[in-house]
Amino acid sequence: MSPDQPQLIADDIHKTFGDLEVLKGVSVNARKGDVISMIGSSGSGKSTFLRCINLLEIPTSGEIQVHGEQIQFKTNRLGERVPANNKQVEKMRSRLSMVFQSFNLWSHMTVLENIVEAPVQVLGRSRREAKEYAEDLLNKVGLYERRDYYPTHMSGGQQQRAAIARALAMDPDVMLFDEPTSALDPELVGEVLKVMRGLAEEGRTMIVVTHEMAFARDVSSEVVFLHQGKIEERGAPSKVFDNPDSERMKQFLAPKY
Amino acid sequence: MELLNFHGYGPSILKGAVLTIEVAVLSLLLALFLGLGAAMAKLSKNRFLNFIATVYTTVIRGVPDLVLMLLIFFGAQIMVNNFSDWLYYSFDIEFFINIDAFVAGICTIGFIFGAYMAETFRGAYLAVDAGQIEAGKAYGMNARQIFIRILFPQMMRHALPGLGNNWMVLLKTTALVSVIGLADMVRLAKEASGAVHEPFKFFIPVAAVYLLITFISEVILKRLETRYSVGVSKP
Repeated sequence: MSPDQPQLIADDIHKTFGDLEVLKGVSVNARKGDVISMIGSSGSGKSTFLRCINLLEIPTSGEIQVHGEQIQFKTNRLGERVPANNKQVEKMRSRLSMVFQSFNLWSHMTVLENIVEAPVQVLGRSRREAKEYAEDLLNKVGLYERRDYYPTHMSGGQQQRAAIARALAMDPDVMLFDEPTSALDPELVGEVLKVMRGLAEEGRTMIVVTHEMAFARDVSSEVVFLHQGKIEERGAPSKVFDNPDSERMKQFLAPKY
Repeated sequence: MELLNFHGYGPSILKGAVLTIEVAVLSLLLALFLGLGAAMAKLSKNRFLNFIATVYTTVIRGVPDLVLMLLIFFGAQIMVNNFSDWLYYSFDIEFFINIDAFVAGICTIGFIFGAYMAETFRGAYLAVDAGQIEAGKAYGMNARQIFIRILFPQMMRHALPGLGNNWMVLLKTTALVSVIGLADMVRLAKEASGAVHEPFKFFIPVAAVYLLITFISEVILKRLETRYSVGVSKP
């Protein structure tokens, strides 16, 4: 596989909830090492788009390819579009790991158990190997001392760093971040962004839905601005932030008060 | 020694107590199994499963336990008899089943309490944060892994108080098996006290046995609750 082969292609994704069309044809193409930031106001569809990529929501139409493998869909008896093959979906999800806005660490497991869980259950790694790797990752996100804590006994920033370690433990092809700092107190945002910057510098492929404009500007290889379910503006951060074509993007960037 | 001998009825009442415990524990297992299944059926998107489970919980919870017990034991026997007759007259096949009171008792109680357990499990499922299950999906876990590793351990914390409650009611409901001829401890105590005209001598020990089982159950439940509450700070 050539290095330029896309890790992930989401092509012309549409999503409708009842009568509401949330996504009206959004496409993203992530090559190895790309950091794609999805920005836009609340309700623009950016989180829905991210959830369509790993099929937490099923796109109404549009195709998804991970590492050159296309996800198969079929129509069920009720006329809904559903994945044709659950095994394929599970395999695909194991190569994309997601970091959630509300962390979603498993509350009945310690931090270490959280990180070991999916590599052992899904990737079939041995518990010992998974544990050693988890400890390395906890060191990396600065939480080694907290490995035996339960999530509720940690701050939001610590929980989110633990969740990032959990995502890294899968050795994912692409990491999906769904507003990873939006549920955090302002003073805790920095520690999470610092970890994410480190990942971008390592060359991790990331798709990040965010409200952190400074992060998007500094770290991204591409910025995608969504408005009402459509891409209004996309390109290098310098272009999107400093010289946008779209009126909406200009308004979005303008000081609000 | 005479005091503990209960006019010679002691050993037989002790046997009754063992029967009570056997019926209770086996019914509990059946009820947990049916309850979990019915809860999953009610929560599933499959309309047929929904319908079956709703009929089950509605009918069972709407009819008195005693009526169900009599209906299943005597009603089922008549059905089996009719079936045997039909087989015999139509095909000359000899086939006969005598419905065993022990099995009928367990089935009835398990069936009744399965319906209550179903609601307890359903409530517990709904109490689990959807994000916990989503995280499992997002990491490629299959439905079975999500159930065993995430959903069940988290559900149990919410289910245990209700399950404990159901268990204690179930335990006392076992006294109903005496109506279908099973010699549980209540029935034996009644016979004994009828014979010697000393109700207190027999019913107080019987009450004490129920209380003892309840007490032991509470200790076990407390332990289970602690075990399934790890990672959750008590308010």
